[in-house]
Amino acid sequence: MDLFEYQGKLLFGSYGIPVSPGEAVQSVEDAVAAADRLGYPVVVKAQVLTGGRGKAGGVKLANNSAEAREYATSILGLDIKGHIVGTVWMEKASDIAEEYYASFTLDRSAKAYLGMLSAQGGVEIEQVADENPDAIAKIQVDPVIGLSEEACRDWVKRAAINPAATEGAVDILMKLYKVYVDADADLVEINPLILTPEGRVHALDAKVTLDDNALFRHPDYEQYDAIQHRDERELAAHKKGLQYVGLDGSVGVIANGAGLAMSTIDIINQVGGTPANFLDIGGGANADVMAGALEVIVSDTNVRSIFINIFGGITKGDEVAKGILEALTRVTIEAPIVIRLDGTNADEGREILKPHLSDRLQMQPTMLEAARCAVELAEKASA
Amino acid sequence: MSIFVDENTKVVYQGLTGSQGRFYGLLNREYGTQVVAGTSPKKAGTDVDGIPVFATVADAVSATGATASCIFIPAPGVKAAVMEAAEGGIEFIVVITEGVPAHDEAWFFNELRQKYPNVQLLGPNCPGIISPGKANIGITAGHIAKAGGPVGIVSRSGTLTYQALYELKQKDIGVTTCVGIGGDPVPGTSHIDCLRAFQDDPETLAVMMIGEIGGSAEEEAAEFIRTQMDKPVVAYIAGVTAPPGKKMGHAGAIVSGGKGTADAKMEALRDAGALVGMNPTEAGDLMAQVVAKL
Repeated sequence: MDLFEYQGKLLFGSYGIPVSPGEAVQSVEDAVAAADRLGYPVVVKAQVLTGGRGKAGGVKLANNSAEAREYATSILGLDIKGHIVGTVWMEKASDIAEEYYASFTLDRSAKAYLGMLSAQGGVEIEQVADENPDAIAKIQVDPVIGLSEEACRDWVKRAAINPAATEGAVDILMKLYKVYVDADADLVEINPLILTPEGRVHALDAKVTLDDNALFRHPDYEQYDAIQHRDERELAAHKKGLQYVGLDGSVGVIANGAGLAMSTIDIINQVGGTPANFLDIGGGANADVMAGALEVIVSDTNVRSIFINIFGGITKGDEVAKGILEALTRVTIEAPIVIRLDGTNADEGREILKPHLSDRLQMQPTMLEAARCAVELAEKASA
Repeated sequence: MSIFVDENTKVVYQGLTGSQGRFYGLLNREYGTQVVAGTSPKKAGTDVDGIPVFATVADAVSATGATASCIFIPAPGVKAAVMEAAEGGIEFIVVITEGVPAHDEAWFFNELRQKYPNVQLLGPNCPGIISPGKANIGITAGHIAKAGGPVGIVSRSGTLTYQALYELKQKDIGVTTCVGIGGDPVPGTSHIDCLRAFQDDPETLAVMMIGEIGGSAEEEAAEFIRTQMDKPVVAYIAGVTAPPGKKMGHAGAIVSGGKGTADAKMEALRDAGALVGMNPTEAGDLMAQVVAKL
């Protein structure tokens, strides 16, 4: 779960990391009032969970009330890569002498935490990593031992940032590590971390990704979940507890298991079709789950055919078949359905489905044949 | 032979008295697994269909001689359950539970490595391990696997593991051991751990490896295959067409910053001499060709 910049800054601030004073607002009037309170110049920053907002005109410097009004008006409601700006963060502008980059994340290969610090901040860190990997000082932190101030100081030295920033950087990085662990974050990132002409170090941006699996020990994270950007289909699926990712093709996909669902998407592409979604119904393919999944699929107007790909492991094929038939009595479906049913009790399941088969409900013996069939049906329907 | 577990492995089920633990614990016993004990602090002294329940893993180990454990504890309790197993003397810990926080996984992986270097952890968020005809620990449907080898399977995905077992059974190809390592960011057992064990196992003559997008585990496995394996490997990577930045169900399955794509993984595996199928069926066909030539 990603946080907006302002939420990240508030989180960082609560751990004592210096951030610029600012206010999050949703209307032009509130934006101007906030800017007047903060004192000019003020930076007007679009709050969206996507990159490239500066290029899209989502970050502006206002020198007076009139400009604050002008920029808040243009930025609120702005569409940045499909994300509509609903909130702007009004922040007192900072003088910048130098810009650095700092982050903590998980190094999956090393199975340890990875801290990255670079004197070349303010740009995409991937670009720095590609062009000048030596410009990034890395530190591996054992999750059991944690980050000592000594190790942190050594790390800052290796990054070769301005010595004037050393103390401030060590202080912020120690706190940033604490946020990373305490908040169950997948990522905490400050880009840029700045040194001001007066010699102060502070966080000018905040990027935080929280681990959804840790929600149980952070009940306050529900406030973040409520404002996550999801398209309507993803929102509907989320409410039904289904794992859904919207894509832009014409073949609706329902599968049990993340791996099989991914594989189903692959195979649709491989036979020349385009999947409309990733949808994992998990282990229990009963009528309720199947009906919920079909409702989400048919809410997507691009769907021309539906491929239900079920491998019965513990879930038995006859139960899956009954679930599908019952779901079909509850949900009205225009698009033809192709079923592939394999695994435990697949024969019994197929027998149950057989009397109901038609042009609208087809069954294929293998994943590949089912994918071909679903893609053909989608093409016919689109023609 | 099989790797990690066989018919002599005695297993304690942590969470046996819960609905999932009971269901799969009994299914595993029915398969032939030596399900010798369960644990539950509140239900010690009772039994689950004849399987004795102890208060702690240490009690279960001293009473039964169990060397493996299978954890069906809800996610918030997994960290404590894993450490309880290790402290109780368990050598092979299987965590079926999904939804374990990544920081917990990173912590207990490293804690085990430092304090209990001989303990092998499998999972979390995995289907478990099956040595067909000998032992089934976890949630794999046992009858979809044919016993006897010569193929070993290692997979990150649950349903694709079943798919692989099934494809091979359709072709009358047996399996020595099938390990589902799980789709989480910090898997206790890696592809490489399994490849190494299969390479050393005299009865495993070929290996099927099923990977997913995200991370670099498959690239690292490819390097291992290139430098340290002489047994043939057939691979399949799910998520060839997954869009960047979208988590495909598994916490680990995400292409970010251009890293972890299926194409890069397939290329690394091909360079290492592995045969790469574009879908599970094709991988099954390739394995049939490999087995025919053995």
